[in-house]
Amino acid sequence: MPTTMDVLVCIKRVPAVGAEIALTADATAIDTRHLGFTIGPHEECAVEEAVRLAERTGGRAGVLTVGPPATEEQLRYALSMGADHAVRVDAPVADPEPEVTAAAIAGALGELPPYDLVLFGEASADAGHAQVGFRVACALRRPVVGGVKGIEVGDGRVSLRREAGGGVEVHDAPLPAVAAVLEGLNLPRYPTIKGRLRAKKAPVRVLAGPAATSGLRTRRLRHRPEARAETVLLGQGAGAAPAVVDVLAELGVVR
Amino acid sequence: MVLAWIERDAQGSPTAAAGEVLATARDLGGELGAEVTAVALGEPGDLPDDLAKQGVAHLVLLQHELLADAPPATVGEALAGLVAARGPAAVLAAATPESTEAMAWASAALGVPLATACTEIRPGEPWEVTRERAGGILLEDAVLDAPVRLATLTGGARTTGETAPAPEVAVDVVVPDLDPTLPRARLVEHRARSTGMTLATAPVVVSGGRGVGSAEGYAVLEELAGLLGGAVGCSRVATNNGWRPHADQVGLTGTRISPDLYVACGISGATQHWVGCMSARSILAVNTDPEAAMMRRATWAVVGDVHEVLPAVVAEIRRRAGP
Ligand SMILES: Cc1cc2nc3c(=O)[nH]c(=O)nc-3n(C[C@H](O)[C@H](O)[C@H](O)COP(=O)(O)OP(=O)(O)OC[C@H]3O[C@@H](n4cnc5c(N)ncnc54)[C@H](O)[C@@H]3O)c2cc1C
Ligand SMILES: Nc1ncnc2c1ncn2[C@@H]1O[C@H](COP(=O)(O)O)[C@@H](O)[C@H]1O
Repeated sequence: MPTTMDVLVCIKRVPAVGAEIALTADATAIDTRHLGFTIGPHEECAVEEAVRLAERTGGRAGVLTVGPPATEEQLRYALSMGADHAVRVDAPVADPEPEVTAAAIAGALGELPPYDLVLFGEASADAGHAQVGFRVACALRRPVVGGVKGIEVGDGRVSLRREAGGGVEVHDAPLPAVAAVLEGLNLPRYPTIKGRLRAKKAPVRVLAGPAATSGLRTRRLRHRPEARAETVLLGQGAGAAPAVVDVLAELGVVR
Repeated sequence: MVLAWIERDAQGSPTAAAGEVLATARDLGGELGAEVTAVALGEPGDLPDDLAKQGVAHLVLLQHELLADAPPATVGEALAGLVAARGPAAVLAAATPESTEAMAWASAALGVPLATACTEIRPGEPWEVTRERAGGILLEDAVLDAPVRLATLTGGARTTGETAPAPEVAVDVVVPDLDPTLPRARLVEHRARSTGMTLATAPVVVSGGRGVGSAEGYAVLEELAGLLGGAVGCSRVATNNGWRPHADQVGLTGTRISPDLYVACGISGATQHWVGCMSARSILAVNTDPEAAMMRRATWAVVGDVHEVLPAVVAEIRRRAGP
């Protein structure tokens, strides 16, 4: 019989960029004036998994973000997916350095009721530092496994599956534990209207953040130089087929 | 001293990514006037010979029973201990998931920052790095200010190629002091993946997005991929709709691929998809919208409906192949 699982998922508000990315005038950030915001797919799967684990074991599924009040939009999205409580650790920006984020999360976990499992995305969708979950695990002295694509709960333990070393690995960890997960772990649900209405009115607990700093500081962002030649238009519709097959033949991929 | 963390393959040889780490460490050591020490797990095997050829004269082998079946965090604990003992100027590792996890734990244990996915490291006052963001669509120039600089390197980090071999490699076995009271995850099962062509290794990938319209719509992509000796890929819209398994997804949160040819059918070319296929040697886009970003970035473009263009291409290939 699996333990009752109380699960916390750490999520990050990130700009939902399209085909082009505009930078601010000082090039220190993405210009978000015309953008919406979202959470990364890894984290969406983490929320889905937490909700399922809580449902299955009669536990709780919480979500936490570190950032300014605007980041509550993403907490509410997670609540609409079925999370039952939300915590915001106050920070002036939604994209703090990973050391700062980890200190804020580890500090909050000291104040909140205990969780059996804390889930992270493998990497945040914008900065992609790929480290916050491991930092939190280190600070809290908890076992941690990354790249997780399968979670099974046992009695006081959790079994974490991931792809590594040219195959599939299963790791067994005592609870409480930490995992960084990957998209593909599950297929996240779309929030229902009922879920959205409930999320709108749900309270968000706000905690003060620590005054941490980091030696890693962004100077500027820039676009990767792209060296692609002009696109060659091969034609329209079915009539383009001979030109397409000429190209394929030239590449040597068909006879 | 510059420490270079060396990932080894099943045969015990340094992985290709580890080779690039060594080359960058050598460059950095040259700039700093510091020697390079390679750090790896396990027994020496051929590693000292491999390192000698790369001009690296020092090897530390970390050996501890806990390292054999622990996930990378425990490697990170061992690395942190080594850093504390030896006081290197920098520690470099490959930006693979496993090495990144080890470095993340090490940096946390040491209380220093970690710059991941770096393409460049510039020692100075202060040190600076260039790292990839959002899957590499953006580059970030950042200060890395710490008593020891920890960084993971993406493929394509700076290397200088030729070096003089080292006459001799000094091998030092270190048994790290791992905290016996720390709760750890343990590897309990390892299954080798079936070999064969995967999305990541296929020379041709025929990929479909929302424009394919349905799970059944992928039949013609499967057929074309079969004729081209390739694999089928997809966008996140296809995965989210349940049309394709996530293992087929190309992009930031799917697989990054670099095939000779990427055929993008009914895919708009959002940045999160683009970072997964931008390393393809060539791209053929099929899209009803000539203004789609994928069409502008492709090598070749066909304006049209996937389900008109692809069947015609398949028929043309079969016609030319003859009866
Ligand atoms: C943090 C984050 C991570 C993400 N990670 C990924 C990722 O790893 N991989 C990924 O793919 N996406 C990812 N996405 C989603 C991404 O932003 C896009 O939403 C997605 O790539 C769009 O898929 P698409 O091109 O199939 O659909 P759309 O953008 O809707 O484009 C469909 C295209 O098909 C064309 N079309 C329509 N009908 C036809 C037809 N009959 N014939 C030909 N063309 C037609 C249209 O003109 C259009 O260009 C991520 C998003 C976020 C926010
Ligand atoms: N500001 C934040 N608030 C809450 N969780 C975060 C934040 N930033 C990162 N995380 C979590 O840490 C993971 C890894 O982030 P990163 O180390 O930035 O790649 C993300 O997928 C989130 O789960």
